[in-house]
Amino acid sequence: MHPLPWYIAGPLIGLVVPALLLIGNKPFGISSNFRDVCAAVAPGGIEFFKYDWKRGGWNLAFLAGIFVGAVAAWQLAPPLTVAISSGTVEALHRLGLNDLTGLAPREVFAWSSILTVKGLTSMVLGGFLVGFGTTYAGGCTSGHAIAGLADFQPASLLAVCGFFAGGLIATYFVLPMILG
Amino acid sequence: MNPMTVVPYFALGGAFGFLLVEAEVVSWFRIQEMFRFEAFHMYGIIGAAVVTAAISLLIIKRLGLRSADGQPLALEPKTVGSGVRYLAGGSLFGLGWALTGACPGPLVALVGAGVPVMLVTILSALVGTWTYGMLRPRLPH
Repeated sequence: MHPLPWYIAGPLIGLVVPALLLIGNKPFGISSNFRDVCAAVAPGGIEFFKYDWKRGGWNLAFLAGIFVGAVAAWQLAPPLTVAISSGTVEALHRLGLNDLTGLAPREVFAWSSILTVKGLTSMVLGGFLVGFGTTYAGGCTSGHAIAGLADFQPASLLAVCGFFAGGLIATYFVLPMILG
Repeated sequence: MNPMTVVPYFALGGAFGFLLVEAEVVSWFRIQEMFRFEAFHMYGIIGAAVVTAAISLLIIKRLGLRSADGQPLALEPKTVGSGVRYLAGGSLFGLGWALTGACPGPLVALVGAGVPVMLVTILSALVGTWTYGMLRPRLPH
């Protein structure tokens, strides 16, 4: 059944927050793994990376779990084509995307596209912004938009406003420039 | 650290990763649909997750649950300060979220779900994190 309906997936994802607290009083948040990996691999004498990254070992295990869970899902019941709304289909065709199968547009997210403008912007610049932005903001969708909002944290509400400001700019101004 | 202590986190991450793929949260197309306000799906997932987590946190608080070392089970409050880091950092992440079509969890999930080229994006995210660490003393927070 694709997609798994929101009223099943949403509550189950929400339960990750109390589950992590019950297992070991840990906060739900994926992006802090980026900092831990930097601290482990290339601290480079930078103050921000001078700490014992092993304290994030539980989160790296959680991240490894995500990978394995995703592999299992992809092997057992892969969503080969995502049934998006007709409005989005039309908008993406207008932007110049022809192949809307798969989980991400193959015309952009492919090894052969890395050195094109759309590939470089989407994969390399986009990734840089995800790492820089989440670490600057102290959290991503999991830490701010789910755990932080659920805990009524004003900082997280500010962060989510930022997420949408950036997302809308990219959707309506950047993507039309780079696609097609 | 005893490696066995991380097994429950690994298992929970596995369930989370499975859900991210089956609910198509990892899909660039779903993120586009969300930022174009053309479907309820992503809002339903995030909204239902927030409500479920909020109710769970209230129950945990009401029951006064504590960890093995006696600390109350709770999320650490984030200091708001000037709010600049949340708005600026959040906006930069938002740009990246729409461009890659993925937030950090889905980036990792996609590598295992037919889009291995996302490894490049993850590597780039690590460079971004490292760059933030380097510039941190000069950035407003």
